[in-house]
Amino acid sequence: MHLRIFRYDPDKDKKPYMQDFHVELEPTDRMLLDVLVRAREQDDSLGFRRSCREGICGSDAMNINGKNRLACVTKITEVKEPVEIRPLSGLPVIRDLIVDMTQFFQQYESVKPYLVNDEPLPERERLQSPEDRERLNGLYECILCACCTSSCPSFWWNPDKFVGPAGLLQAYRFIVDSRDQALNERLDNLEDPYRLFRCRTIMNCTDVCPKGLNPAEAIGRIRELLTRRSV
Amino acid sequence: MKLVSRQFDAVVVGAGGAGLRAALQLSEGGLRVAVLSKVFPTRSHTVAAQGGVGAALSNMGPDSWQWHMYDTIKGSDWLGDQDAIEFMCRMAPEVVVELEHFGMPFDRNENGTIYQRPFGGHMQNFGAGPVVQRSCCAADRTGHAMLHTLYQRNVRAHTQFFVEWMALDLIRDAEGRVLGVAALEMETGEISIFHARATLLATGGAGRIFAATTNAFINTGDGPGMAARAGFPLEDMEFWQFHPTGVAGAGVLITEGVRGEGGYLLNRDGERFMERYAPTAKDLASRDVVSRAMATEIKEGRGCGTRGDHVLLKLDHLGPEVIEKRLPGIREIARQFANVDPVRDPIPVVPTAHYQMGGIPTNYHGEVVVPGADGSNTVVPGFYAAGECACASIHGANRLGTNSLTDLLVFGKSSGDAIMRFLHANPGHSDLPADAGELSRERVARIMTQTGGEHVYEVRADLRRAMQAHCGVFRFPDLLTEGVEMVRVLSERVARTEIHDKSRVFNTALVAALELDNLVEVARATMVSAEARKETRGAHDREDYHRRDDVNWLKHTLWYKENDRLAYKPVNLKPLTADSVPPKARVY
Repeated sequence: MHLRIFRYDPDKDKKPYMQDFHVELEPTDRMLLDVLVRAREQDDSLGFRRSCREGICGSDAMNINGKNRLACVTKITEVKEPVEIRPLSGLPVIRDLIVDMTQFFQQYESVKPYLVNDEPLPERERLQSPEDRERLNGLYECILCACCTSSCPSFWWNPDKFVGPAGLLQAYRFIVDSRDQALNERLDNLEDPYRLFRCRTIMNCTDVCPKGLNPAEAIGRIRELLTRRSV
Repeated sequence: MKLVSRQFDAVVVGAGGAGLRAALQLSEGGLRVAVLSKVFPTRSHTVAAQGGVGAALSNMGPDSWQWHMYDTIKGSDWLGDQDAIEFMCRMAPEVVVELEHFGMPFDRNENGTIYQRPFGGHMQNFGAGPVVQRSCCAADRTGHAMLHTLYQRNVRAHTQFFVEWMALDLIRDAEGRVLGVAALEMETGEISIFHARATLLATGGAGRIFAATTNAFINTGDGPGMAARAGFPLEDMEFWQFHPTGVAGAGVLITEGVRGEGGYLLNRDGERFMERYAPTAKDLASRDVVSRAMATEIKEGRGCGTRGDHVLLKLDHLGPEVIEKRLPGIREIARQFANVDPVRDPIPVVPTAHYQMGGIPTNYHGEVVVPGADGSNTVVPGFYAAGECACASIHGANRLGTNSLTDLLVFGKSSGDAIMRFLHANPGHSDLPADAGELSRERVARIMTQTGGEHVYEVRADLRRAMQAHCGVFRFPDLLTEGVEMVRVLSERVARTEIHDKSRVFNTALVAALELDNLVEVARATMVSAEARKETRGAHDREDYHRRDDVNWLKHTLWYKENDRLAYKPVNLKPLTADSVPPKARVY
């Protein structure tokens, strides 16, 4: 299989370049990550993150033939050669396919991604109806891989001010949790020309999410709540 | 050159379930804690746990912590320490409820309580049956939901994380106390010292010693490797769980929750063969029993596929609704990694290395213990371990499904509490020894300058193949004897590994070489301990000793790196308050 991979090592390279790899596949190779692992056996200086190799840890997000995806759940049979692999766009490159995700996580943390409920703790679990629990589906499954946020032009222009789709999806996950009591604070936190409203509904986020989640819809719902609150 | 040194009250190595639960206890307790992790916390392998966390909440019907305790002891094939097992099973409901209070999105019953599903080896009435619904779950993504919830709660507590820092070695002083760790910042290649009054290892398992494993790339036994190099023993390392249902060929985990929800296994004749091996529990017998049955079916020619090398996990009869609601992640995995949609077709599965029952010896407070002068457990001041890298010992010779997540929560919390008590009683930092961090610096310098050695990836592949072939589900005396020699030779090869990447910036080859130093310690501990244990107990199945031997082998193995020395210590059969559960025949 023919790969063309973005390379950059600040320790020795003046500027980035693309390197070709020709990798012999084994019958057991199924996903693009398998091929990348073999490419690294050829050249151990190739930098990329990976861990679970089953699409749940979110480590190996990268830009594959122009689209942000997880290498470990991208089937070899569905990519056209040469497979052009670049780091996630819009985030600073540390080395090769490894990007600096500091701003991404700062934005995630800025939405206070934890349950707020100041009532005295009950002895047992708080009760939640199956219907209320179901409202968390499609939200809590986010793996923080940053495929969505790093494919969002609004985030590219304002990564310090726009929360981005991943952070907003988590904001909504707590907004709709029947156990959470901080709805107004959460909305205040997002009522700002940039934090939420920089979203231009380009929909790249929903298009690329490897878990099939829909951040664009969550963002729309938060907008609705804000509009309803103001009338 | 003196290394940069940072001071903290406590340092936690690893940010999976156990590390995060402990860190939360410490941060909320107002202590200065540094959490080091090779990966961003939510990438830790806890994220891949699927089926649930075991706790006798009794939400679905009668249950009790005493029944949970009995099942865990029986599951362990009586090798688990009954004081620690009682402690865990009693604490389980409390830590699960706490997790719910933190915001964990558990599935719910109509009355709003946490939904619980059946799981292997969990029964009512002290093992008599029928099965009990004890596994508290969030669909089939329980580990993911748990890890994110714990991370989120740590964000709230302002825990200080050092992300993509790999701990390399423990720092000990002349009195043997543990004073922190030396660690590598992967982005810069710099080594620093984390000087702490208490050190907790929560580095997870080392399933990557096997060629076929459900484990993530990062599961390289870093904690046990560090402990072994620092002269500490590793306990019961011959006991490795082979999970019955890894996707054939890919190794990716399919939760036991599939069988909990009503799925079952078939051989090539379409026979539900577990009925023959475990008449009462059938497909929900404990994992060692099911894996052994599967391996037997395959060995005796009743495997499926053109090569007869797997069996089938059937769940289409559950219907698309149940599968979508309770097992959506499994459907995704089966489509991606097995090319089947389980709504219609069965999933090809095979027993796959999954969980390390042994580890760094601790008591139920997470305090690391070593044999004292009289042979009894002696606490090492300032040194703690929790989660899969530790051996409390809960899981003994075989872990029950759901008990790994229970273990993380209970012992993450109890080790955090123990650290707080220790810090309160022992104010002030002890002085670092003059050579603090020297070993780590030498190891890195050796790898960066080595020439004429073999490549780290070649040696690693040979190691994993050797473990797979010589120390699998069935263990043969001649293969074990050969295996011991093989891992000794591999140790020598590991000491001369070479990498080509000489960059300081995020050098993944360097990390792989440092990880291999840890993998090889775990592999040696495993092979040497397995060769020596002349009985069949739980997951350790000897072809030359078919029975459990309580007269000679009801004892824990302790392996020391120096000369592969083995020692043994008794199993604690005395619970804290409950009646002892004496060994008896183990039938499911």
